[in-house]
Amino acid sequence: MDWLNAIVQGTLLGGLYALFAAGLSLIFGVMRLVNIAHGDLIVLAAYLGLTVTTATGIHPLLALAIVVPVMAAIGYVLQRSLLNQTLGDDLLPPLLVTFGLSVIIQNALLEGYTADPQKLSAGGLETASFALGGLTLGVLPVLTFAIAIAVIWGLQWTFYQTALGRAFRAVSDNQDIAQLMGLNRRHIFGLAMALALAVTAVAGILLGIRTSFDPSIGGGRLIFGFEAVIIGGLGNLWGTLIGGVILGVAQTIGAQIDPGWQILAGHIAFLIILAVRPNGLFPRISA
Amino acid sequence: MTTTTYSVTRSSQAARVAAILGALVLIALIAAPWWAGRADMRLMGELFLYLSLATLWNLMAGYAGLVSVGQQAYVGFGGYMLFALTMFGGLHPLAAIALSGILGALISIPVAVLIFRLRGAYFAIGTWVIAEVFRLGFAQVSALGGGSGSSLPVAIVKSLASKRAMRESLSYWLALGAAVLVVTAVYLFLRSRKGLALTAIRDNETAASSLGIDIWRTKFIVYVVTSAFTAMIGALIFLQKLRISPDAAFSVNDWTAFVIFIVVIGGIGTIEGPIIGTLVFFLLRETLADLGTTYLIVLGIVAIVVMLKAPKGLWGLIRSRFDIQIFPLGYRITKRD
Repeated sequence: MDWLNAIVQGTLLGGLYALFAAGLSLIFGVMRLVNIAHGDLIVLAAYLGLTVTTATGIHPLLALAIVVPVMAAIGYVLQRSLLNQTLGDDLLPPLLVTFGLSVIIQNALLEGYTADPQKLSAGGLETASFALGGLTLGVLPVLTFAIAIAVIWGLQWTFYQTALGRAFRAVSDNQDIAQLMGLNRRHIFGLAMALALAVTAVAGILLGIRTSFDPSIGGGRLIFGFEAVIIGGLGNLWGTLIGGVILGVAQTIGAQIDPGWQILAGHIAFLIILAVRPNGLFPRISA
Repeated sequence: MTTTTYSVTRSSQAARVAAILGALVLIALIAAPWWAGRADMRLMGELFLYLSLATLWNLMAGYAGLVSVGQQAYVGFGGYMLFALTMFGGLHPLAAIALSGILGALISIPVAVLIFRLRGAYFAIGTWVIAEVFRLGFAQVSALGGGSGSSLPVAIVKSLASKRAMRESLSYWLALGAAVLVVTAVYLFLRSRKGLALTAIRDNETAASSLGIDIWRTKFIVYVVTSAFTAMIGALIFLQKLRISPDAAFSVNDWTAFVIFIVVIGGIGTIEGPIIGTLVFFLLRETLADLGTTYLIVLGIVAIVVMLKAPKGLWGLIRSRFDIQIFPLGYRITKRD
């Protein structure tokens, strides 16, 4: 029963990892940008949530109404003012600029909020649970998983059913021809980053309710998201969800064996999949 | 009728002058224990080790296109090997440093086979995962102090040299020697046949491949050699620190972020760049260190601005203005009257 419990809890944890990964996957799909600052942006969203909840006293989930648009605005401005300048054939500029951004965000958070671990207080939601067939499930993990499915479904729908999604797919396929067809790729990239950071905001708030956080944990969150993307296969959002679940299950099973092995087991599962299936389990595009 | 003859040379007046000046500076640096204070020697020792790390990272990222954000894996690995080999293997610290280089090369082979499957930016994050695996792995080894780390026993430190002043001089010379060795090795490598292949890959991978260069193999060799040297530098770093812990040994900020900033600010893809970058980095650090986190924010901003406005770094600006090369790699045609 312990093992079944570990698998179920790991699956639910995978929902959070899929949320870390969805934004990463989205911007790579649209503009082939790998954002090293992604994890720090998740942490930034958690801190924004902290500021909003302490200033107004509202529930962290209600704070999403403020944090999501703020993060989306940050994303648009960041893309148009900085990241668009780095896009091109050379791989180095986007990588190094987002790496610099990561260091800046991390230290700015350290300056503003100190290194003390913080947590978003969600009252009864943090500890609420219900029994299901002999297992006890936390309401928050189940809610997180449901939100992850909803977000990924929403992104899929945006990509394949809306005019904006068509623009995303067009610039993804061929930037120059999309430009000739009257799409402003700089604007489209800005919107893609805004959407990615809106998802990041949701991930950050849910992270902040689930565990404590401090400015230094961004790198770790980036790695979890990245592993979920690679396990699932590039360009496949549902694959990313499965990747997150595999990572989450590997971690909870590792923790079941020895608590010190939790994170390590996730990394090892990732490396095994990389060795066996270098393109991930369900690849759609090649990098 | 006058004829003009042309000659093809590698060297130049500037390079010859720089070589003489460099030799003089090197002699002065070797003599540092007789003229510099203890604090200055410590600082210079640290500078030489950062210069070595930056030169190695530049060889990978600037020439082989292998942008790694996980070199702390080998810095930490080398440091831990120094501790393990001296404490449990009973080796002399100098032998342990050499052996940690060999072990670093050995462990980098399976790592390379695995992460070379990732392309471009995903390769970068893949290297970070490896570094995390190393960090978490060494934190599990209770003989080396687990998560809290351990100190180098006094007997081992004394085996290096019994007097403190001698130890400090020796530690300084090792750092200086490492920097000279690394810069010279990279310089000679880039002048060799393999180096030419590497430069071709940097300029255009497809064209290089069509000329018969085995890209995977060339990159693989660069990765393994860089890892070996990085592990040796890591062993030297922790021989100076005398204390190791997983978080310090595998710190992404200390061993990768700073190194990347040094190379980007100095000028990526040149031998001179990391040298200038290291000097600028230490100058900034010594003047702004009191600002704490603000200093890191400033460093990040400077690196972003340099990357966007002057992608070839400070050395690139100097070179485009004065057309000089201190470490002559390419050939130039000069007219003789």
